[in-house]
Amino acid sequence: MLKEEVYEKYELVVGLEIHVQLQTKSKAYSSDSAEYGSAPNTHISAISLGHPGTLPRFNENTLQYGVRLGLSCGSEITYENQFARKNYFYADLPKGYQITQDKTPLCLGGSILIKDDQGKDKRIGITRIHMEEDSGKSIHDLDPFNTLVDLNRAGVPLLEIVSEPEIRTPQEAYNYLTEVRQLVRYLEICDGNMEEGSMRCDANVSVRLKGAKEFGQRTETKNLNSIRNVFRAIEYEFKRQIEVIEAGSEIKMETMGFDAVKGTTSSMRSKELAHDYRYFPEPDLQAVYVDSDYIEKVRKDLPALPSELIKKFTSEMNLSTYDAEVLTEEKYFALYFDELTRLTKNYKAAANWMMGAVKSYLNENALTIQEFKIKPDQIAEIIQLIDEGKISNSIANQKIFPYLIEHTNDRPRAIAESNNWIQESDSNALEGFISEAIAMYPEKVEAYRAGNKNLLGLFMGEVMKRSKGKADPKLTSQLLKEKLEN
Amino acid sequence: MGVDRKTVDRIAELARLEFNEAEKEEITNDMNKMLDFVDKLSEVNTDGVEPLVYMLDESTPLRPDVVKQEISQKEALKNAPQKDSDFIKVPKVIERN
Amino acid sequence: MKNYQCLKEIQADIQSGQISCKTLVLNYIEKIEENSGLNIFLEVFKDEALESAQKIDQKIKAGNAGKLAGMVISLKDNICYKGHKVSASSKIIEGFESLFSATVVERLIQEDAIIIGRTNCDEFAMGSSNENSAFGIVKNPISSNKVPGGSSGGSAASVAAGMCLASLGSDTGGSIRQPASFCGNIGLKPTYGRVSRHGLIAYASSFDQIGTFANSIEDTAALLEIMSGPDEYDSTLSQKKPNSYTDDIVQEVSSKKIAYLSCYVNHEGLNPEVKEKTLAIIENLKQKGHQVDEINFDYLEQLVPAYYVLTTAEASSNLARYDGVHFGYRSPQAFDLLSTYVKSRSEGFGKEVKRRIMLGTYVLSAGYYDAYYSKAQKIRRLIKERTQEILKDYDFVLSPTTPHPAFDIGSQNEDPIKMYLEDIFTVQANLVGLPAISLPLGITKEKLPFGIQLMGSPFEEGKLLNFSQYLININ
Repeated sequence: MLKEEVYEKYELVVGLEIHVQLQTKSKAYSSDSAEYGSAPNTHISAISLGHPGTLPRFNENTLQYGVRLGLSCGSEITYENQFARKNYFYADLPKGYQITQDKTPLCLGGSILIKDDQGKDKRIGITRIHMEEDSGKSIHDLDPFNTLVDLNRAGVPLLEIVSEPEIRTPQEAYNYLTEVRQLVRYLEICDGNMEEGSMRCDANVSVRLKGAKEFGQRTETKNLNSIRNVFRAIEYEFKRQIEVIEAGSEIKMETMGFDAVKGTTSSMRSKELAHDYRYFPEPDLQAVYVDSDYIEKVRKDLPALPSELIKKFTSEMNLSTYDAEVLTEEKYFALYFDELTRLTKNYKAAANWMMGAVKSYLNENALTIQEFKIKPDQIAEIIQLIDEGKISNSIANQKIFPYLIEHTNDRPRAIAESNNWIQESDSNALEGFISEAIAMYPEKVEAYRAGNKNLLGLFMGEVMKRSKGKADPKLTSQLLKEKLEN
Repeated sequence: MGVDRKTVDRIAELARLEFNEAEKEEITNDMNKMLDFVDKLSEVNTDGVEPLVYMLDESTPLRPDVVKQEISQKEALKNAPQKDSDFIKVPKVIERN
Repeated sequence: MKNYQCLKEIQADIQSGQISCKTLVLNYIEKIEENSGLNIFLEVFKDEALESAQKIDQKIKAGNAGKLAGMVISLKDNICYKGHKVSASSKIIEGFESLFSATVVERLIQEDAIIIGRTNCDEFAMGSSNENSAFGIVKNPISSNKVPGGSSGGSAASVAAGMCLASLGSDTGGSIRQPASFCGNIGLKPTYGRVSRHGLIAYASSFDQIGTFANSIEDTAALLEIMSGPDEYDSTLSQKKPNSYTDDIVQEVSSKKIAYLSCYVNHEGLNPEVKEKTLAIIENLKQKGHQVDEINFDYLEQLVPAYYVLTTAEASSNLARYDGVHFGYRSPQAFDLLSTYVKSRSEGFGKEVKRRIMLGTYVLSAGYYDAYYSKAQKIRRLIKERTQEILKDYDFVLSPTTPHPAFDIGSQNEDPIKMYLEDIFTVQANLVGLPAISLPLGITKEKLPFGIQLMGSPFEEGKLLNFSQYLININ
């Protein structure tokens, strides 16, 4: 540990390489299933096993998903896409090479908009996005004498997103990953699950003295299995590199692993022989040409992106940025809300219902919004009833919503009427109840007038009891206060 | 341009091949003979010439994203040198903890 | 039984009841067993072939047999046949059973061809004499102290020895045409992208093509017609639909323009009898009214080097899958992942294969890619452009197929380079992707056959076969 001022002499430089596993039905170069989670070595074919005599067959959705992503980031889409072989030996790489893209990545340039540590907008540039294939899995800890190889994942399509080294803090890295995750989920090309490995991140980290023009030597940290761990690893690696430099040594180009328990990075060298990938053009695949017609077709079918929806919710509906962000966290949740705002103008109430009752219900029952049986128009009707003063918020939350969950085909208005939950908003009736309540506790009335405002609750309770819970709380409260103070 | 023992070692490592002393002598000589032979390529001026990458002027067909399962797990593992009912097995050095 | 040279004859004799598919197959099997010393077949599918023969005999009687009913074919041991072993004549996949059939095999079987067995070849198709097989050399049936050529030596020999009517081989630098020349039959390499490579064990992906050995142009055309065309399993195919080659060969032959390369015909290594015959054919063509011109070609010395740099590079990558881990041979000495690789590959691959993997790895490695691989790709372009220029003005390029007839077993083994130069006249067609055919037009005083080669324009196999028939007729 060095003094704080020493660390502050340095600037952190981070570039992230994210591998996004695509949600295609079949694999990148063969038609066996790309689905996660089946029994070992069942989602395979002679092609993904790398058997003699097999040749790759390019999946059209790898291209489509890649173009979707590139357009969403503002990248240039490459016209002539060549494939390349990256040659190395590993137990989970059946062909002894990976089919990837080297000189002609599908997308060049573009950027991802994030918030920096101060909450200000910052764009992180994208160097490139290219198409490649995943390897299988080597399992080292099931059998003491053998490594077990499962090739289900071998050949599943990946997109690799390489960022410019423009990230300057661990928080920016965290935010960048969060944005990318949300984006790929919105585009429905990947479920962005780092813990399950459908999204993976390698961090290229270097440091340099503030004001320096040249980049320092970078290290590459792998095996980061959550966005949080990317943050922690970068944080640690920053300090580690500074300590090395301050001690008079040099940073070497190393592959680092991250120990999630200790929160430290350490060198993974000497386990592997030196790599020379000997990239050369893949002779078994001709080029894939992406013309402007194709690009326009994909562009037309792009869904509304989170940033567009946030803009809409904040500027057109006057919701807070915070609310807009919560509502757009998940695509289908945002779409449900969007639909709801077509059916009611009370956007704030709509937002509150979504972020409150609906979200809680979904979370408690581990459901997605797509599995939610209540439709936007039913929620809109509830809001309408409240706005009309027919029901109170608490009745809506505590009685109507739960009832609706059990009877998903019913209409809120009908529910309220048939269950006699329409609240009492007739001032005369309320006045009656209020008078009775006040008459019951003359001393409390005195105490209230003397300053104990909490006693309002006692009277409210009495009114509620007498009205069988149907007194309009707002109106009651108003009338009670008037009565009590006079 | 020729190769020395060190280069042969590095190439063998990349290619996952090994040679005993006698074989290494032979392969080094063979490689040098082959490299001398292909040196004929340097006699032709190729300034401004694009490398030939594709044999045809067509493009790769796009395969529809449809699942077709053509073989079973049993077939997949049939040719594996060592396996159990689910996995291909590769020996590993036993770690001492 | 007659020594049948073409399918038409066989089908006629079947119709007339003289033979049946069954008797035909029995005859071939007898031939194979009598000549097992030639080491042509690695495996004979005896029972299966007889069963198929019986079924097809019934289909013939019922009148619904396919176009190739009566044709018995052998497969080079690098062509996959579902449920059968395939080993590329290598120890490293000895015992491997393929899970699928090559597209060409499926198409031929669909037309009722009978597959009689798999033939010996040079290991992973690397060689020009069939002396590189892990399962022993093949002897030339015409003269058993000579090589049959390679790498499809077994295939060429199987047809020459009357063990089947035709054979499928593969040609990467001449591996069909050169053995066809040495064994005296017709060897065709189609245009690159004409015939599916799905199911061909890859050697060099941008050079390999499956082709045929046969004793007649008709059979060659029939096989090509059935095998050709788009296949969803091979992304390097042309989407152009193939012609009806069997129709093309019966067309009238108009007056043609033929080129021959001076550097080929004046090659110092060219056997005098071969040269004489080549010139005689040229003269004959001129007399028949065709235009035959001697043409310059500046890249003779770059042909084989470019071929070797590029094919070994592709091969070093294509053969990485033979790693002792997923299928095939695993060394008993493997005790961890690294030793599994190193021991299995070093023990499983033969010497020539290892040589080429080493060279291929080197030319792709960091620091050498530009000087070798990229350079060779540029030269490939120059060779292609020059050759296409010639074929713009000429219908065909004519040359000897090989510098000499079959050589003695063991005589070319000291120097790998000497062996590589056997391909001097054949690699051009693979570098450029052209269709090329070897025709058994020559025979030496010692009764050894040798071939004359025709190269044509891409996807013009119809024209090529048509003229081939003509050339055979007039010589």
